[in-house]
Amino acid sequence: MSNIRLLAAALCFGWVLPAAGFSADIRIGYIQWVPDQGPVLSNILPEPDDAGQRGAELALADNNTTGRFLNHSYRLESVVADSASDAQEALAGLMDQGIELFILNVPATTLREMATQANDRALLFNAGASDNALRVRDCAPNVLHTIASYGMLTDALGQWLSARRWQKIFLITGPTEQDQQWADSFRRASKRFNLKIIADKPWSFEGDLRRTASRELPLFTQASDYDAVVVADVRGDFGEYVPFNTWLPRPVTGTQGMTPVTWHRVVEAWGAAQLQRRFTGLAHRDMTDIDYAAWLGVRAVGEAVTRTAKVRSKAVRTYLLSDQLQLDGFKGRQLSFRTWNGQLRQPIPLVHPRALVGQTPIEGFLHPKTDLDTLGFDAPESQCRIVK
Amino acid sequence: MGLIRTLALCAVCSFTAVPAMASLAYVSNEKDNSLSVIDMDTLEVVDTIAVGQRPRGILLSKDNSKLYICASDDDTVQILDLATRTIIDDLPSGEDPEQFALHPNDRHLYIANEDDAIVTVVDIQTKEVLAQTEVGVEPEGMAVSPDGRWAVSSSETTSMLHWINTETFKIEKNIVVGQRPRHVEFSDDNKTAWASAEIGGTVHVIDVDRLSEIKTLDFSIRGVHQDKVQPVGIELTSDGKLAFVALGPANHVAVVDAQSYEILDYLLVGSRVWHLELNEDESQLLTTNGVSGDVSVIDVADRKVIKSIKVGRYPWGVVIAPSP
Repeated sequence: MSNIRLLAAALCFGWVLPAAGFSADIRIGYIQWVPDQGPVLSNILPEPDDAGQRGAELALADNNTTGRFLNHSYRLESVVADSASDAQEALAGLMDQGIELFILNVPATTLREMATQANDRALLFNAGASDNALRVRDCAPNVLHTIASYGMLTDALGQWLSARRWQKIFLITGPTEQDQQWADSFRRASKRFNLKIIADKPWSFEGDLRRTASRELPLFTQASDYDAVVVADVRGDFGEYVPFNTWLPRPVTGTQGMTPVTWHRVVEAWGAAQLQRRFTGLAHRDMTDIDYAAWLGVRAVGEAVTRTAKVRSKAVRTYLLSDQLQLDGFKGRQLSFRTWNGQLRQPIPLVHPRALVGQTPIEGFLHPKTDLDTLGFDAPESQCRIVK
Repeated sequence: MGLIRTLALCAVCSFTAVPAMASLAYVSNEKDNSLSVIDMDTLEVVDTIAVGQRPRGILLSKDNSKLYICASDDDTVQILDLATRTIIDDLPSGEDPEQFALHPNDRHLYIANEDDAIVTVVDIQTKEVLAQTEVGVEPEGMAVSPDGRWAVSSSETTSMLHWINTETFKIEKNIVVGQRPRHVEFSDDNKTAWASAEIGGTVHVIDVDRLSEIKTLDFSIRGVHQDKVQPVGIELTSDGKLAFVALGPANHVAVVDAQSYEILDYLLVGSRVWHLELNEDESQLLTTNGVSGDVSVIDVADRKVIKSIKVGRYPWGVVIAPSP
């Protein structure tokens, strides 16, 4: 009703209100390619297949509710690919249809290739890959990251351990490449926040821990003393069985136990309860970190179009990387993108499965510009300069 | 132990006669499903009233005999009779009512339905839903101009003020403001409307005749990170001279000259300050402090915080009923 009125007003007095008079149809692509993670021991709570896609859909609805007051309408074209090459074909096809804005939930290797493929024809939002290399070395000027990097997550944990003075760490690292990356990232955080890794052991057991965790793990975690156990098990293979099975009675954190996350269902402050409810209403499940990152990507596009009345990818990118941006991500702070590597600055919650434990950055960890840059890779720590 | 204490407390309530003279403040406790009643003479909590789930916005009927309560998680607006302190009725409210505003005709209640992106208008006498107007994502702030001409809804995720004509219930104007607009307050002379943007960190002053922004206020408190300056509640004095702005997790209330827009002072209150209310003669200002679970009392003339009063968990809204 109201948009008909606005449209009529715009037709009569098109010269009066540039913002209201500008009508636009904004198309956004969503491309997902999630390789099979292989079998895991802890398979009780599987990741939803549509993680990411439903987050993008929710943001699309949010954008359209706003857009109807401005004659902006948003459409989403979603593709769930079966392989990296399928994902790349989908990108080519959608770009040929004129789509310039994409949310990608794909592994880092595929993301690199798609960034090269898109070149200056499209702006890509990385909602799936946390790999540090994408923020430190292999940055593409057409990629913005809405998912937190491993560096941000492990710095969040490092700040917490340091603030609690749990400084002696027993680190257990799983066998996958992602586990190694996460552990390397934590080792970096341990230096930044003055933690001491007193044991650094790879996980190499191959038995079924559901039957033997209580026998194997106490022996595996024997050491003279430590304050906390940190687990690097990104896909959730063995890590769920570490809590309560350690040699010493110590808390378990990392990828299991108390976990640093981009998003989790227990986040409810700062209006987040409303976002969680809207999401559950749409998807009939909890919102994951990938959903949240995809949601943020589509919302960032909406914010740029609302504020600038421009829809081309270059204009959207320019606005998002400017100091004009105030993105509301329900984390109690305005969010913005780092101009050197395109990473979204954001607070990192620390959660256990049923409650929020804390929010980082923790007060007292200082930074000359913004304390959000105490998490992840600050300009001097990154080789990237995506804004010249 | 807890149960026995609760029983004892209830026994006391039911036999306590309601004091007749003092002016009373009512505070909604979002996570305790209760209202705290504060005696404005002694500045002490004199009663706690059990209400619906997640009470947030509260307001008084024009004759100050009833209190309307947004019981957000019960999807209803409850009516509390203040003489007997009992819930006597409820109103259809739409889903998840958060804030609302009463038209000067004492009948039309404008309710922001946060989950549904709708403003519901209910006739309090007939309990009829007169209109449901579609607004932006997460409508929160709700205000009706003192002359009754405009109802304004602020939608948080859409970052707009929607100006609803109170005769047609249709939106006539949308004004984009800073991120996450939380609250709207009209000046008594109908000339300006003040809207707070929580994530933007700003307050936007709108000229009501021209429906355009005339001033954006920024706040800066020494020793407080700029991102923590998050304006929420606004209260204006009836003479149009002063504005008070609650700054959320900055834990301060800004005192603003409402004519020159100069920021005169920042007053330290409890943690995450939400909403504000002046007493009848405007000598005192109450603030609800969500995280510290208390109410700060500000002496307006001295610009000093004179007391904090412990209330329930997550105090949200506050109104003061003048002494009868």
